[in-house]
Amino acid sequence: MTKTITDVICPFCGTLCDDLEVVVSDDGKKLLEVYNSCVIGTEKFLHSQAPDRVTRPRMHQEDGSWKEVSYDEAVEYSAQMLAKAKKPLMFGWSSTNCEAQSVGNEIAEISKSCCDNTAATCHGTTLIAVQDIGLPSCTLGEVKNRADRIIFWGCNPAHAHPRHMSRYSIFPRGFFTGKGQMSRKLVVVDPRVTDTAKMADLHLQVEQGRDYELLDALRVALKNEWLPDTVAGIPAEKIRETAAMLKSGRFGIIFFGMGVTQSLSKNHNIDAAIALTKDLNEHTKFSIMPMRGHYNVTGSGEVFAWQFGFPFSVDLTRGFARYNPGDTSTIDLLTRGEIDAMFTIGSDPGAHFPISAVKHIAAVPSVCVDPHLTPTTGVSKLHVPVAFNGVETGGNCYRMDNVPIDCRKVVEPPEGMLTDEEFLTKVRDRLKQLKGVA
Amino acid sequence: METVTITMKNAPALYLEADTISPDAFAGKNAAQIAELPAFEGNVPTTLGKYFEISGTAGATAADTKIVVKGDVKKVKYLGFKMSAGELVIEGSTDLYVGAWMTGGKILAKGDVAAFAGLAMKGGELTIEGNAGNYLGAAYRGDWRGMSGGKILVRGNAGSDIGMYMTGGEIVVNGNVDVHAMTHAEGGKLLVKGNAKSKLGGQMVKGEVIIFGSIDTMMPGFKPVGEVALEVEGTRAMFSHFIGDMGERHPKRKGETVYANLYKKI
Amino acid sequence: MSEYLIKNGHVFDPVQGIKGDKKDIAIKDGKIVDKVGSGAKVIDAKDKTVMAGAVEIHAHIAGPKVNLGRIYRPEDKLFSCTPTKGMERMGGGASIPTTFKTGYEYAKMGYTTAMEAAMPPLFSRHVHEEIRDTPIIDEGAFPVFGNNWFVLEYLKNHEIENTAAYIAWMLRVTKGYAVKVVNPGGTEAWGWGLNCLSINDPVPYFDITPAEIVKGLIEANEYLGLPHSMHIHPNNLGNPGCYETTLDTLRLAEGFKAKNKFGREQVLHLTHTQFHSYGGTTWGDFESKAKEVTDYVNKNKNITIDTGNVTLDETTTMTADGPFEHHLTGLNHLKWANVDVELETAAGVVPYIYSPNISVCAIQWAIGLEIPLMMKDPMRCYITTDHPNAGPFTRYPRVIKWLMSRKARETQINAFKHKDKVLSQTAIGTLDRELSLYELAQMTRAGPAKSLGLSAVCGGLAPGMDADVAVYNFNPDKPVADPEDIEKAFSRCAAVFKSGVQVVSNGDIISNGHKRTLWVNVKTKENPQVARDIAEKFVKYYSMTQNNYEALGHHFVPNPFALEVDATN
Repeated sequence: MTKTITDVICPFCGTLCDDLEVVVSDDGKKLLEVYNSCVIGTEKFLHSQAPDRVTRPRMHQEDGSWKEVSYDEAVEYSAQMLAKAKKPLMFGWSSTNCEAQSVGNEIAEISKSCCDNTAATCHGTTLIAVQDIGLPSCTLGEVKNRADRIIFWGCNPAHAHPRHMSRYSIFPRGFFTGKGQMSRKLVVVDPRVTDTAKMADLHLQVEQGRDYELLDALRVALKNEWLPDTVAGIPAEKIRETAAMLKSGRFGIIFFGMGVTQSLSKNHNIDAAIALTKDLNEHTKFSIMPMRGHYNVTGSGEVFAWQFGFPFSVDLTRGFARYNPGDTSTIDLLTRGEIDAMFTIGSDPGAHFPISAVKHIAAVPSVCVDPHLTPTTGVSKLHVPVAFNGVETGGNCYRMDNVPIDCRKVVEPPEGMLTDEEFLTKVRDRLKQLKGVA
Repeated sequence: METVTITMKNAPALYLEADTISPDAFAGKNAAQIAELPAFEGNVPTTLGKYFEISGTAGATAADTKIVVKGDVKKVKYLGFKMSAGELVIEGSTDLYVGAWMTGGKILAKGDVAAFAGLAMKGGELTIEGNAGNYLGAAYRGDWRGMSGGKILVRGNAGSDIGMYMTGGEIVVNGNVDVHAMTHAEGGKLLVKGNAKSKLGGQMVKGEVIIFGSIDTMMPGFKPVGEVALEVEGTRAMFSHFIGDMGERHPKRKGETVYANLYKKI
Repeated sequence: MSEYLIKNGHVFDPVQGIKGDKKDIAIKDGKIVDKVGSGAKVIDAKDKTVMAGAVEIHAHIAGPKVNLGRIYRPEDKLFSCTPTKGMERMGGGASIPTTFKTGYEYAKMGYTTAMEAAMPPLFSRHVHEEIRDTPIIDEGAFPVFGNNWFVLEYLKNHEIENTAAYIAWMLRVTKGYAVKVVNPGGTEAWGWGLNCLSINDPVPYFDITPAEIVKGLIEANEYLGLPHSMHIHPNNLGNPGCYETTLDTLRLAEGFKAKNKFGREQVLHLTHTQFHSYGGTTWGDFESKAKEVTDYVNKNKNITIDTGNVTLDETTTMTADGPFEHHLTGLNHLKWANVDVELETAAGVVPYIYSPNISVCAIQWAIGLEIPLMMKDPMRCYITTDHPNAGPFTRYPRVIKWLMSRKARETQINAFKHKDKVLSQTAIGTLDRELSLYELAQMTRAGPAKSLGLSAVCGGLAPGMDADVAVYNFNPDKPVADPEDIEKAFSRCAAVFKSGVQVVSNGDIISNGHKRTLWVNVKTKENPQVARDIAEKFVKYYSMTQNNYEALGHHFVPNPFALEVDATN
């Protein structure tokens, strides 16, 4: 006999699909099938069932080999490392639940750490832009029910957020959008002819690194002012046509991704896109939304914000919270050699950071809490494997539109494995002893 | 004016946050008292005396106090932080936040300075003989009130995002500037004697930019309106005149729309 | 639990009619009792003022738009973050404090209960996470209903029973406290960039008017007999001349009578009245209509109000009135955040600087003070700043100073750049009234508790009530030498007890207490039609499944306190 669990939330990307069905064995120990999810989501669930999975903490030895240690020893190493460091960095948080993030923040507060999430290398620039000029946005259901103008700018949901288009943005038939795709015009702005671009009614093949100029030109076109003959490789006429098409809709939305957040101009690209959205609200209704990557990077920003006041790159070393990306942001801290201990959880900086930053991780005492084997676990002194969040434990997560959804546990983790929250709680309690706080 | 000389003797292992190195914090103190002023290395509270050799006695007020910083202070942040009067001379290169939030007095940095120098500056003079980093004279994150007064002079080059959200005062860069100079500015003046990169003056509401060299890509929102003769720092020349950013909102004064002005030397 | 005896204080308790008499307050097992044993810990309150813990009826302190404000305003925290200190976690934020700072600041001022004024139901998990992380104070949250598609569809046909069943379901799944209405119909219109500026503007597509929504929700609220009444932010907020829309809205309550077992007498609570009491046709001839609005409220006993006092600070506005925030960013050009929430509501956020040098801001300040000074029954008018909209709640001591001292008001009026305009456009210069401590206790304790249906629980010091007690360093026997002393005394309590636990001593936090989440659990008859409608909307229009929407586990509300309502008959 098997059991089918419905309404399962997918712990992969910021789309946070919550309609998965998972078939598990009668004793709840084996995960057998996953329905409704995309290929990547399915893999994420099935990955937990790998027979060669590491289930106990391991310390890197001098000769490069690993030695298995107990969770208690792992707690001791982590707590000692954080207690001794002058400027520890606790990074990641985007692939774990808000409950674990909250315990992590307590640890950061007690150890006076810098703490940061993966926004530091993806949508942190978006957050900087939002801090500069705001963010007219909406929930994804609004897009489904109302939107007739959809723009994907510097993102490729066909590959990165596979169910986004069918659940929310292009195909669904909503309350005021009964004709589904037929009622929507799709614009894609991307220097490449991506699979998303191939579906577009209009593909603006912008020159690389000239998004800021194109966005500015669209704003100029909305105001019917003078434009040069071409901007960013796009003829002025086409820019004016696009502006007219956008304002002729009833409800539009710009979705954007790392093609604009991490290319030349970074936060300014988003700033200009938000300004364009704001301008379009003088003519019709328009929103804008970042295509957040990790399934709970948004949640990490939320928890940081309500506890410390800032959504990422928070520096608690002086005993109170400070924030200024460029100074307090992870890549800068690592490449400038500012920190002397690294605690990574729920992300893989080893795979995504510049090599000079990864070298610094390897050079200092380090812990990596992760159910997988990753480049980061490879360079860390201690690897602490944990239960898969969203598969073997539940907990709250925030979708790319900031909507909170409580993840479901569908199977038991391997015998004796701790969850992120359980491991962090032990570290916190030990750290309190070391620091002599109540 | 009394002079206090501080010389780096024991360099920090990490970075030193020394927001007490300013005439305001030194005023009225002798060398021993200055040595006790607080600083931070990471999360460890420390004092200036642990890192610097201090000689001299400060004046009674900030205005009567001159500080000379010697030795390697490349890993020291916040020199001249919130300074309101007096003088600060940094003999070498230094790190982030030089003269950040300063309201008066004079800072002379003889080497390079890293990012966020003159951040949200309200008054005084900041002279950098080497190169300046990013966000020179810019606003703090989220704030729409950037540099509002005073003068910054950079003899070398400056980084990106300089003068962001500037509302007043003046920045002069003798060398080149990187992308996004004067983004969102709503006042103030930027003079670049070298070249500017792209995104210059993007989303600018008001204020003035003068470029002697080249601009690698002009913002589409800057509209050419003719040529003018200008006298800038003793040089008289013809300039192409642009107004913009036409995509941005602009205030009206006496019924006339006010734009930012950009002049490029011909 | 420990026993306490607060001795010799001047007690002000409208619940028992005590007006400053020297009296001991005894606490045992979390409740006020008649007496305690000789082993009780004694708190000396000689020459001090003793009141029940204060009750905040309307503030934006937890949830998505509050946190959006925190996220997008780092400058609100610059140089103001505070370190970990004993029991206290780190804090930060001037106009939008972090959750920890929120709890501590309220407690230090003697507040022990607070209501989050607008919970978007889709985001209820977020609201409850923040409430959980706000120490000490008991909190409830009001889900918003005035632009909800179910409500619009049911009330179009005047289906009160179905509306009521839907409200009961929503309060249950979101652990909500009351029926909140913000810009009825206008926020749905905002889905298309439009608005409803009067009570008769039709809502696009839904073929219903704000007037019908308001009346229907009053009826449904009384049909269920909820602890609190319908709580409304009317249409046309913040515009010159808006007082007429306000009066039109208030008239909708005529003929309705409160039906409930909680002692509540009103059927409509009008919030942040200051923002709804404007006359004039432009910002040029902008003037106060506080008299017109308070005259009406004075005459109609089935209405309660709160003030929404402008504190003359740089702050952050945030409201479910999406179109208003768009309008505001057009006026001040500061950063605009907006979130439209599918099927339910919207929200906007814009920073705002109430400058004493701008005549409109100064007039708004005056209107906020005129309202409580013109209200005859302090049990029906409560002090708020609509935190953080008209100013941060941390400014309550300053508002209290202005209300208790004419001299303090005159000092401020004289400091205005456009003093003459303030005096010509408002009646603030003619008002002599100075609130007494007893009236203050009515406006901040007994009154709001009664309006919320909590009069058996908090807001008073009668035996059997929760032991929420605030002791202020303020001697009512001594004349006030300097109005600043009032502000100082109400800023930091000598002692505060929350449910019998001492949480503040000499202005410092000494315990994080046992904060509770207040919610209203309504039993209704099964309503298959509403159940079907809910299921259908989730399948077709929501972006989340019904099962996940309804899941609000114990970890979100670890210490619930439910007010039970039986509406099965």
